[in-house]
Amino acid sequence: MLTNYLKITWAVLKRRKLFTFISLFGISLTLTVLIVVVAFLDHLFAPNYPELQRKQLLYIERVELKDTTQLGSNTSSVGYYFIKEYISKLKTPEKIAFCTSPRTINGYSPTGNKIRLLQKYTDANFWEVTDFNFLEGRPYTQNDIDRQASVVVINEQIRDDYFGKGQQVTGKTFEIDNIKYQVIGVVKGSPITRFYTSSDIYIPYNLTKDDLKSTELNGPYIVILRGTDPQNLLEIRAEFAALVPKIPLPPGGTWFKPGILYAHAESYLEGISRQLFTDGTESGLKYFYIVIFSFMALFMTLPAINLVNINMNRIMERASEIGIRKAFGASSTTLTWQFIIENVILSLMGTLIAVVLSVGVIYYINHCGLIPNADLLVNWTVLGWAVVLSIVFGLFSGVYPAWRMSKLQVVQALNGGE
Amino acid sequence: MIILKNINKSYRTALVETLALNNINLEVTKGEFISIMGPSGCGKSTLLNIIGLLDSPSTGEITVCNEPIRNLPDKMLAQFRNKKLGFIFQSYHLINDLPVLDNVELPLLYRRLSARERTRLATEALQKVGLRNRIKHYPMQLSGGQKQRVAIARAIVGNPEIILADEPTGNLDSAMGNEILEILIQLNKSERTTIVMVTHDEHMARKTTRLVRLFDGSQVN
Repeated sequence: MLTNYLKITWAVLKRRKLFTFISLFGISLTLTVLIVVVAFLDHLFAPNYPELQRKQLLYIERVELKDTTQLGSNTSSVGYYFIKEYISKLKTPEKIAFCTSPRTINGYSPTGNKIRLLQKYTDANFWEVTDFNFLEGRPYTQNDIDRQASVVVINEQIRDDYFGKGQQVTGKTFEIDNIKYQVIGVVKGSPITRFYTSSDIYIPYNLTKDDLKSTELNGPYIVILRGTDPQNLLEIRAEFAALVPKIPLPPGGTWFKPGILYAHAESYLEGISRQLFTDGTESGLKYFYIVIFSFMALFMTLPAINLVNINMNRIMERASEIGIRKAFGASSTTLTWQFIIENVILSLMGTLIAVVLSVGVIYYINHCGLIPNADLLVNWTVLGWAVVLSIVFGLFSGVYPAWRMSKLQVVQALNGGE
Repeated sequence: MIILKNINKSYRTALVETLALNNINLEVTKGEFISIMGPSGCGKSTLLNIIGLLDSPSTGEITVCNEPIRNLPDKMLAQFRNKKLGFIFQSYHLINDLPVLDNVELPLLYRRLSARERTRLATEALQKVGLRNRIKHYPMQLSGGQKQRVAIARAIVGNPEIILADEPTGNLDSAMGNEILEILIQLNKSERTTIVMVTHDEHMARKTTRLVRLFDGSQVN
């Protein structure tokens, strides 16, 4: 049966080449955009370098103190005091790490050139919950932190800009803000879109100018908790959720008196969704999916309507065939499926073209410098989504014409649909 | 095999009602080869379409292969046509995009048969009509007579009890027409397949076992 459908689909495609071109052009262009979007989402949210352990990680990156009487709130990342006094005492995580968001500073190369840099303070565990590729040297350890060593890890871009391309720089001195650091490692850079790991320079947190003795719950840090398996991650969430209400709130003042503390240990996607789509008190995951799927549906609607029109014309040309098939035993349902399958086959052909186009577009994005260290990829996940989108698009644009045509009366169909 | 009782068929538009068939009563027994004759527009094809369950009567009762056909759902009608009936049309109605073998296989697609079995049966049917060597050809590469023989092969491939032929020789010259009629006569004799044929040709009609005449939608005895 399927072979028969394939033969007829191929024959119909060859019959009206302009229609075929318009159909395939519309499908492949639509799916190219969607595949690039999916590749970008995969780049943002899937475990990728250097965050390959992301499925095992939970993040605490937002602490909100809310004044329940005056409706004011104070939201920021996590304070060192919060980490030291509470989070570090959690029993369920296998590993606890923390780092700041990347901050922009200015540096000067030995030749006097001004270089804009991103710097990030981290603890030693940061190197264990991430999978950086060290091109030379090593990460700093707890021992380095304990002995107050002024060491840094830099990425290869900064190595090339500061010291010269491809130089061996381990042991050399690197100066920022009139402070001299010793380079102990060089890593392959992390894209800026991976906010929790991206930076040009990584510095031990104890070398920060921030006041580590402050007792504020808020601060500049993002905490990364590593679990052993999904069950363990649930336990970590539960332990942290139980801890939060027990944390004593700061007394506040006349204008702001904290009444409740919100903080969540959650997955990367949950954290981002909470920031983007809610006021922080509820998870934004459902909104994230609504926005993504609405965008995709809307983006597919116009080309699908166009394809519906083309399909109506094409199927009408085949009224006689519909009549013959019905006369010899095809039910309306069978015919509906035949035309839907033909349309899905057409969509899959469009997908093949779209995948080739997407590879080109993604190559351009990765190399045009718009996102430094971008590593978008048409991987199996993206290809899987491409096939799913293609089938959805095929169904979307094929069901109505197929249903309309399958309802033709046999005699009417044999007379060419008149 | 086929019983029609008080069959009426009318077509309504906003302004007029046209009576296409008027109180047709007809009984066709197994193994008969009847022809339906009459001038253009007298309702021959409409009657054939009703017998073939391609169209429904406005009033009246039909029994085909001992099964009363009344308000059957689309799926059951399709299955019934697939198993019991075979059609031959004046303009062949072959699918030009498919090769001969696939055209002949078409009725078998809607049965639970393996591809190998479908190919075997279709090849056998083409053998019967003398087109075994044309299985890979496309309809456009065949003459009118060959096309009609492919259509006959398609009609018989599923071994139906009844074949309905709507002017099967109408587009052919007399030699080719006779050849097609001979195939149908042989089929009727050897397989005892019941055949109902609509024709304009008195000469062809006389070769069948019974002749039914229509005029202005009514049966003329």
